Amino acid sequence: MGAIRLEKVKKTFGTLDVIPGVDLDINDGEFVVFVGPSGCGKSTLLRLIAGLEDVTDGKIMIDGIDVANEAPAKRGLSMVFQSYALYPHMTVFNNIAFGLKMAGESKEVINEKVQSAAKILNLTDYLERRPGALSGGQRQRVAIGRAIVRNPAAFLFDEPLSNLDAALRVNMRLEITGLHQDLKTTMIYVTHDQVEAMTMADKIVVLQAGRVEQVGKPMDLYSKPANKFVAGFIGSPKMNFLGGELAAKHGCHEIGVRPEHLVVSTESGVIPATVKIAEHLGAETYLHVQSDEFGAMTVRATGEMPLSGNDKIFLTPEQDRIHRFDAHGLALG
Amino acid sequence: MSTRASTLTGRIMSAPSIIVLFLWMAVPLGMTIYFSFLRYNLLSPGTEEWIGTLNYEFFLTDPAFFASLANTLLLVGSVLVITVIGGILLGLLLDQPIFGRGILRLLVIAPFFIMPTVNALVWKNLLMDPVSGMFAWLASLLGLPAIDWFTNAPLTSIIIMVSWQWLPFAVLILLTALQSLDRDQKEAAQMDGAGPVSIFFYITLPHLSRAITVVVLIETIFLLTVFAEIFVTTGGGPGLATTNIAFLVYTQALLQYDVGGASAGGIVAVILANIVAIFLIRLIGKNLDN
Repeated sequence: MGAIRLEKVKKTFGTLDVIPGVDLDINDGEFVVFVGPSGCGKSTLLRLIAGLEDVTDGKIMIDGIDVANEAPAKRGLSMVFQSYALYPHMTVFNNIAFGLKMAGESKEVINEKVQSAAKILNLTDYLERRPGALSGGQRQRVAIGRAIVRNPAAFLFDEPLSNLDAALRVNMRLEITGLHQDLKTTMIYVTHDQVEAMTMADKIVVLQAGRVEQVGKPMDLYSKPANKFVAGFIGSPKMNFLGGELAAKHGCHEIGVRPEHLVVSTESGVIPATVKIAEHLGAETYLHVQSDEFGAMTVRATGEMPLSGNDKIFLTPEQDRIHRFDAHGLALG
Repeated sequence: MSTRASTLTGRIMSAPSIIVLFLWMAVPLGMTIYFSFLRYNLLSPGTEEWIGTLNYEFFLTDPAFFASLANTLLLVGSVLVITVIGGILLGLLLDQPIFGRGILRLLVIAPFFIMPTVNALVWKNLLMDPVSGMFAWLASLLGLPAIDWFTNAPLTSIIIMVSWQWLPFAVLILLTALQSLDRDQKEAAQMDGAGPVSIFFYITLPHLSRAITVVVLIETIFLLTVFAEIFVTTGGGPGLATTNIAFLVYTQALLQYDVGGASAGGIVAVILANIVAIFLIRLIGKNLDN
């Protein structure tokens, strides 16, 4: 079991309100991703849940019990650190076994659990090695192994993939998602990468300056962002925000159109623009364009587009894909 | 260095200093070895002659040699134990975010910059003196008789003084090592359920092993040749109680004017230092590999 509930969780460092008060429900078995720009308090929130930081105020309920004042180890959670935090002088086996050893498990139990974790993570051949002799991906797996053997109520991941190269990151992303499907344990995953958030999460929590901006399923955040911040943060390339008369015509302060929801034409359309740079990826084309009225915009067109710098084009937003925002940046229904 | 030309240039450029350093070591060593086979006493100049290994026989069969060998090992061993354990404890303390940490660190490091003779004088006259020393005064406050340190516990007194001098070095090295310990590792151990004691023994101490090795190796080199503290305070006495090998060589050469015998003693000291070094490197030097 691993249902986690945060009630008015607050954290201040000195006079600085890092987390002014967060309420959040995480269901058992859910894969929740905390996402936000650096410095938004997502790691702090995770460390509060882990118990590595003391809450200033509020409750952290795990399966209905308030653990806000419990020691980290008593909470039954496991954490995977960004730096992996492996013990460099111990073999992989001892790294994975350390938590069990501290819990006073017998040698047979430790051996059995470590072996089965190693099997899940393809580490069986490396158990006698030291972390220094492993590749980045293997170290990552050892860190996950160390988390698995404790059979935690929930896994906490603190930007676990940011030290890996791009190809490996995609691999590990799939592995972690697969692991979640096998174990069906609650996972809380912190990242600044919205692609990781979109691809892995059952539920995304978007944070900014310690506040929860929106909670929801990935596709809900994509199609119904609650405000301009979420709209701009989720989705890549970023949403285009257009004000002026065009927005007024839609009865709002500003409209948001995702790059993939702009129709490109060389003859006619709503927004005349000039192509600055065209990035041809084969399956799609990114156009970085300049419009006299709205400034720099990004367009994502499917397939190959025979366009290059200084070509004149016209853009038309897809009518039912327009997001409308008021003067405070809140989405209008 | 990538090209052959740059490698060659590097060698030529570094050659002068290497040659000077080599001569600096080789010439005195060669002369000492040569003198150790001569009868060479400053009181009877002009009578130098080759006497083979006689100097070595005298030196090695001298009862003073064994006493001073034991003293040397006792001194080195005790100071190592005190400074390493004390250094770890003080390092842990100074690693905590306590008030006035910067000044405290400075104060802890300070003794290392005091020259050994001054150190010895301070201890001898201000602290350990049975009449006017601070320890005697403290004892009198408690109604205890004053301890005459250099008469009753001479070697212990030397060990205390030398430890005081070398503790800062150990603290400095070990504190730096402590500061380089990844905070994530401690937190990971915390998540794994390790308490402060377990974290110390399973995480901190292994992390420090390399720094401890460095402290032990460097201190050993210097502690084998402790001289000023002994010269200033006890003069090797009472009897031979505080004579170590270095001091014994000094008495041979400059109190008995026996240059030949002192040279033989010097060579013996070099050999002993090498034996200790080999043991140390075998024992703990592998820590430096990984």
